[in-house]
Amino acid sequence: MNVLIDNSDLFLTGFKNTGILFVISAFFALILGTIVAGMRVSPAPAMRAAGTLYVNAVRNTPLTLILAFFALGYPKLGLPSIDFMTAAIVGLSLYTATYVCEAIRSGINTVSVGQSEAARAIGLPFMQTLTLIVLPQAFRSVVPPLFSVFIALLKNTTVAAGFSVFESGAIRAYLSERGEPLLPGLLWVALIFVVMVLGVLTPLQSYLEKKWRVAR
Amino acid sequence: MSSVLFDVPGPKARTRYAFMNVFTLIVVVGIVAFILFRFYESGQFTAKKWEIFTFPLVQENFLKAIGATLSAFGVAAVGSLILGIVLAFGRLADSKWVSRPCYWFTELFRAVPLLILMMIMYYGLSSAGIKGITPFMGVVVGLILYNGSVLAEVFRAGIESLPKGQQEAGYAIGLSKGQVMRTILLPQAVRAMLPVIISQLVVIMKDTALGFLILYEEILFYANSLGSQIQYGSPVVPGLMVAAVTYVGICLILSGVAKLVESKMSSRVKVIKAKVGVAG
Repeated sequence: MNVLIDNSDLFLTGFKNTGILFVISAFFALILGTIVAGMRVSPAPAMRAAGTLYVNAVRNTPLTLILAFFALGYPKLGLPSIDFMTAAIVGLSLYTATYVCEAIRSGINTVSVGQSEAARAIGLPFMQTLTLIVLPQAFRSVVPPLFSVFIALLKNTTVAAGFSVFESGAIRAYLSERGEPLLPGLLWVALIFVVMVLGVLTPLQSYLEKKWRVAR
Repeated sequence: MSSVLFDVPGPKARTRYAFMNVFTLIVVVGIVAFILFRFYESGQFTAKKWEIFTFPLVQENFLKAIGATLSAFGVAAVGSLILGIVLAFGRLADSKWVSRPCYWFTELFRAVPLLILMMIMYYGLSSAGIKGITPFMGVVVGLILYNGSVLAEVFRAGIESLPKGQQEAGYAIGLSKGQVMRTILLPQAVRAMLPVIISQLVVIMKDTALGFLILYEEILFYANSLGSQIQYGSPVVPGLMVAAVTYVGICLILSGVAKLVESKMSSRVKVIKAKVGVAG
């Protein structure tokens, strides 16, 4: 308990930044993932190919490598410099978007065929069929897989600590600088994550799942 | 080409799709060209930055780094599979004294970030006075605890998805619970869940890269260390590019094996069905 109270400044800043990383990356990943999912079911072959290429390339690359590229490689390219926080958000969003895309795509498959047939029968083009009829229903059925994607994102934010972002994963380094006991400090970090995942996100998931359940 | 989402295109839609194709092509080519141009402009393609990869010592060390990644992956994969099976059996045990702890174990270790687990194993335990913990052990134990818990859920879901008659038939011929689990339920569950199990193995492979952050000398660690070679123009970007190609290559091979096994399995099931059909 002493480690937590004595270094409450570290824990507060660390988990505040974890929260910022999580919320912003989740927002962009959701938008990008939905767009890529739309591309992967679109009628234009080039769009499908581009979406597939992106998803397969990024999903087979470790997140650590993607973040390393944006934190260490990007500054060497002579582009306008970005701070480490932004670099981490870009990397996490690009990585998580591929998982969001696959979750939504599986959701599109669960929407019954009659729905999109009806949409086509009343003359809606592809974009309207997708955005007005299919996606709203698909989103409701992918609440559980989307939440596991976001839980994974929350845990993945710790990787950014390796690339100069001060968040929960970096608390260890600061604790060891102050000469505090590391094991209790790390166990506190782990415990806070358990509370966030099992105490906040999982109940939220079952609440939304019940609220948005589609009668079929 | 048609799907549930759109009709077979008429003349107007065909031109629209052609336009969309060209548009996508232009955007994708534009992005790739811009990235390559930036790489070129900032001198990432100069011979000086790639020269380092021609040295036998560097190549040898790079192979060693690949070996380190693969050995961490191998040990962690075997360990996670064993832990997963043990935990799954534990959760399905009759006694609450066994199943509750196993339940909490899987829930807890799935909720803690893998990097924090590795840090607890490596930094935490050595700071608490336990000697002789190497980064390799930190990486492997962290991977086993996390992926073992994930795989336990996979095995459990596989076992529970089997028809109840399988168990009952086992008990009816006098097998014990352990025998039913081992000889009847587990083999079928593994077969049903094989695609998920192999995609989890790809996750283990990717997560070995986290070892970079606790100083395990694997591919990413070595590629990054090349970046500090100032006399060769600090080739950070070339190093990361080589690392990326290596990782994507290994993961694609694993996914390829997964597809092969899956198609082999499904064709074998078909053969059995066909034989039954002939016999019937």
